[in-house]
Amino acid sequence: MKQKAVVLSPKDNVATALAELKAGDTLELEVGGETREVKLTADVPFGHKFSLSKIEPNSPVIKYGEVIGVSTTTIKPGDYVHIHNVVSRRGRGDLEGSAR
Amino acid sequence: MSFLGYRRQNGSVGTRNYTGIISTVGCANDVTWQISQQVKGCVPFLHGQGCSQTQPDLDQVTRTLISLGWNPNLAGVLVVSLGCESVLVDKIVEGIAGSGKPVEKIVIQKVGGAITALTQGSRLAQTMVADASKIKREEFPDSDLVLGVKCGASDTTSGLTSNPATGVACDLLIDKGGTCIFGETTEFMGAEHILARRAATPEVANKIMDIVARMERRATAMGFDMRGGQPTTGNIAGGLTTIEEKSLGAIAKGGTKPIQGVYEYGERPQGKGLFIVDTPGREPEFLTALGAAGAQVIIFSTGLGAPQGFPFVPVIKVTGNPITYERLTVHIDVFVELADKAGSDIARAGQALYQEVLAVASGKQTKAEIINYGNFPNIFTVGPVI
Repeated sequence: MKQKAVVLSPKDNVATALAELKAGDTLELEVGGETREVKLTADVPFGHKFSLSKIEPNSPVIKYGEVIGVSTTTIKPGDYVHIHNVVSRRGRGDLEGSAR
Repeated sequence: MSFLGYRRQNGSVGTRNYTGIISTVGCANDVTWQISQQVKGCVPFLHGQGCSQTQPDLDQVTRTLISLGWNPNLAGVLVVSLGCESVLVDKIVEGIAGSGKPVEKIVIQKVGGAITALTQGSRLAQTMVADASKIKREEFPDSDLVLGVKCGASDTTSGLTSNPATGVACDLLIDKGGTCIFGETTEFMGAEHILARRAATPEVANKIMDIVARMERRATAMGFDMRGGQPTTGNIAGGLTTIEEKSLGAIAKGGTKPIQGVYEYGERPQGKGLFIVDTPGREPEFLTALGAAGAQVIIFSTGLGAPQGFPFVPVIKVTGNPITYERLTVHIDVFVELADKAGSDIARAGQALYQEVLAVASGKQTKAEIINYGNFPNIFTVGPVI
């Protein structure tokens, strides 16, 4: 059977949905050879992300083992992770001194 | 392995045998288009640049048009000029002639206007097509291939499946002594440190960091968060949250080989192996950069279903999104299935994709070629219209 979500690196704190997932779904995920269980707090569309662990505000969000952005609020395990709670650190002309 | 291609005067090999009708300026597009529709075997290159721009942009347009003329998929070239544009038509004609292929020009204001230009240009094109038709396909080694790779209308399946499969195809070609070209500098942001580690020399690593910083400065100079522009609204709908996430998935399409060099927009990389051309990722500008760089085949990885090809370079569309594949079979050539576990399935998909590259190089038509989708590319410029 196909996986319903995938974690790309053991360093990651988010997983990517490989199906239309619903709030309340419990997922078993392989993370660095171990199986972890996460219960979703919200619907997560195909291709979108959810959190594997608690992410404090202003903390790195990690996928592919690399930082893909910074949280803007507390993200709990199983929360839907997208533009409502993660910002980019790059191309931020709206921020003072962002030009590198 | 090998493919069947067309030998050109300078030793390069075409996978198609068109006569290119190349416009020097937006004002010559209509005649260019009309000649290309009148004479079978011709392809147009239309764009909106070439006049009332600052010198760096005029140089970039000139360089790009010359490089497009050099593309081995063109047996000969007819350059169509208005006459009063800022770029110099004779410089473009001379530049293309350096490739050794036949080049002709028609200047609309000199010959008495659009209708005469269409008639005279069509006669010139007809002769060029007749000459080109005598060239037969011959067998060539894979090492004569220059493969361009691109991703567009990406979603999260792009980074998981279709981009890594494209990367496998790149690696296979480079192992056989061929050349691959990628770019989309905006989509290196957040992943440039990974690419820099793969640079063949420290100079190449520095150049990678420099082109990303330069592209980011252009974006931030506007005073806005670039999210929405990059990643695009469609990328975000597809699940990509930030440019960093998009970039980390995007770089997979370039494979894993050392990066031999970084070139400016419109330049033709020299040598074999993997190269970067500095260009934003938007399709009309980026596909032109690949054509100018000498790509004879392009793999285009897409999540949400970008439709366009390029006038004279076959573009193979590959997706990992099953919904896109089902809904857009009219546009998608290859489907890479989401695997249970990444790795072996991606390797197998990459090998299949590589076989498709050889088949298309030998004459198999892509979906975009068959439905004639991709006639409106553009040339990337950085300064104002003045």
